[in-house]
Parts: sequence; C-alpha cells; structure tokens
Amino acid sequence: MTTTAIEASALGKRFARRGNWALRDCSFRLPAGRVCALVGVNGAGKSTLLALAAGLIAPTEGGITVLGGHPADARPDLGYVAQDKPMYPQLTVAETLRMGADLNPGRWDRDTAERIVSGGALDRDARIRSLSGGQRTRVALALALAKRPRLLLLDEPMADLDPLARRELMGLLMATVAEQGTTILMSSHVIAELEDSCDHLLVIGDGRVRLAGDMEELLAAHRLLDGPAQDGTSGAGPELGQDTVVVSHTTTGRQCTALVRDAGAAPPDGWRAAEPSLEEVIVAYLRNPEVPGLALDTVFAAPKEATA
Amino acid sequence: MIEYRIDRRSGIATYLQIVQQTKQALRLGLLEPGDRLPPAREVVEATAVNPNTVLKAYRELEREGLVEARRGLGTFVRKALGTTVGDSPLRAELVAWVERARREGLERDDVAALFAAALDEHFQDRKEEQR
Repeated sequence: MTTTAIEASALGKRFARRGNWALRDCSFRLPAGRVCALVGVNGAGKSTLLALAAGLIAPTEGGITVLGGHPADARPDLGYVAQDKPMYPQLTVAETLRMGADLNPGRWDRDTAERIVSGGALDRDARIRSLSGGQRTRVALALALAKRPRLLLLDEPMADLDPLARRELMGLLMATVAEQGTTILMSSHVIAELEDSCDHLLVIGDGRVRLAGDMEELLAAHRLLDGPAQDGTSGAGPELGQDTVVVSHTTTGRQCTALVRDAGAAPPDGWRAAEPSLEEVIVAYLRNPEVPGLALDTVFAAPKEATA
Repeated sequence: MIEYRIDRRSGIATYLQIVQQTKQALRLGLLEPGDRLPPAREVVEATAVNPNTVLKAYRELEREGLVEARRGLGTFVRKALGTTVGDSPLRAELVAWVERARREGLERDDVAALFAAALDEHFQDRKEEQR
C-alpha cells in the first residue's frame, strides 16, 4: 500500500489581504518514501510551500495534510531546513548538537549528527555566528537528520556547499532514504543535480502546479518532435491529434522542434520523435505558463515493471 | 567488491549503467558466483543516486537470472556471465594483437573499428549481447 506523505488540495497563500498570491490553487500528492524535487523560478512559491508543509504558516485557502494529519501535529516526525538555516548564533556547534539531543529525547541519533559535523572539519567550540554558509548548512542538516524524521523538508539545501560536501551530503541523504524510508521534498535550481537523486518532481510556476508526479512517468508522457517547419498561416508546428498538447515549439529556418504531450501516437510524416531530457521538459513548462499543467497521481498506478 | 561509476553525461539510464557495469565485472571475473553485490545503501551513499534506481538495477539482474536476493542478507551473484574471460589465454592473445596493431601505427579508433567489424561478422545477435 502506498501511503501519502504530503497532500495539498487547492492550497493558497497570500501574505497581505490585498497582496499577490504567493501560492494559488495548488493540488498534488507526494507518496511516502519518495525523493521529490521542488523546482520553480525565483518567487514561484517554493519556500512558501515548504513553510506551509512545515506548519510554520497557515494557508489562506485550501488545505494541506502532512503524514496524514495537520502539519503542526506532524512536527515530531518532521525535519525542516529553511533557506537561511536559522539557528542560535551565540551557541557553539557542540552546544547546538546538545540542544538537538535535548529537544528530541528518545529519537536523537548522536552518531549521525557527529558524522555529519565531523565530515566538515568543524571546530566544536566555534559559535554558529562565526561559521561560513556551507558550515552552517552542515550543522543544520546534522540537526535535521539526527532527529530521524519521516519527512525532510529542505529549502535549497545544497546551494552554499562546495562540490565535495554536496556529493557527500547528497549521498548521505540517499543512504537515509534507503535505510529509513524517509520522504524528502527539496527545492533546488540545479536540475542536473536532482536528476539522479530524485524520483519525483513538483514544478511550480507563478504559485501554481506546472508538473507533478513520478519523474519517469512525467518524462514518458512527453516527446520531442523534430521536423520541417510549416509554411503559411498555421505556423504552429506539426499537425497533431486532438489529444496532443504542444508545450513549446521553436522554428529555426526550415526546421521546427516541438515538445509535445500525448499518448504516444506515431509522429506525423517527416517528423522524428525523441525522448526529451528532464531539463527540456521543466524549462518548456516554466517558459509557457499558458499551457495547462500536468499532475500525474501515482496512487493507483501499477507497480513498475523493470524494462530493459 | 564492485564499485559503480555513474556517468551523468553518457545518455544511458543510470540503472542501466549499474546493470552493464555488473555484467562487465561478471565477464571479467571481478565478480564470481557467491559474491555479494554492494548493499543499496552503500551504492547510494557513494554515488548520490536514488535508492530505487539501484534496486531497479538489481531487480533487472535478478530477472535475467544473474543474481539472487536473499532476504535480510543481500543480493548475491548466481552465475558467471558467459565464459569467464578475465585471465584466459584469449585475453593474452588479444592484448598481444592490440600491441602489434599499435606498433604498426593504428589509432585507437582504427583498432576499435576493426574489432567491431570482426564482432559483427561473427555474432549475429550483437544487439542482444550488448544489452
């Protein structure tokens, strides 16, 4: 049985009564045990969504359930690392870890905390305020992971880490998922970095869901068509069936390239079909806000067959 | 023990890279029947690949009868792939041939092209073999 880690329905948030909507009409479901990438342009609402899931702010409309209940009730099972890594600046690294242990009695994993901190050659007696951005990230991740949460919410966790630390800590996150079945929702701008580590995708643009679902299924739902540009009025690329949505198309000289979403019918005469990359799909949806979004729900999907 | 190297720019699906590297190790005798594949946890910690990707690769190897999962113990090699060619006389002969080709001024690509042509001539099921 698949359980749900996060479920949002028509979720909306605005910070001032007459202000703009930071998030609007957001509906998606994140199954437990997934590693989900949260992608969107700056100001798209990613941090707002993570703060809503963490129960730190209340929705203006719609609802969100986390681990089957109200976000505030899920807090003991939540690990949340905000973008600015808020910690007590006057405490030392050692004191911060001791505080983590005291605040999470019965579930604190001291070895994990020590391991993450010692990976960065950090001085235990250094105060948090004296640490570099990357060092703070390391301490914040140590706090979040040592709590052994069922759901980790990470807001651009890798942004200020060096390449070595990135690899080490991403590996550690994956090992945590393998061992504990943790669900992770993490925002990032570096799609190439997310491609191998994440198996689920949530793209938001302008406060709304653009893409949601299993990464492989989302990729499989799209094709990149390549063919001769049409003369005359249509200008809109290939002649396609009614069920086909053209997400984006560009014409260069006599050639037209289109990213389409369809049931996999044979491409029109003279056109070649190829599998798009994750980046191509995401960029196409973010660039073309008028194209309807796509949310795949994997609840009733059959177990995936291994195919060669 | 085998260590996987994931090449993100190869254009080959990550799980398939793990499958191919395991088969390569089986062909060369680096992995033998009874050997344990590294636990998924270790592979993902070293490569930062999603655990499901590793499990998918192991399932595929199991489906092909090359490995078996033993509950609570791990995934073990069931049989070698083809004849183990790692330290056979064939390898020594091939190495000698490659050395000669190089002495006679052939480039790496020339040698690869010759070898591929010879393979095509003698193995009809080439596609299947490469999988």
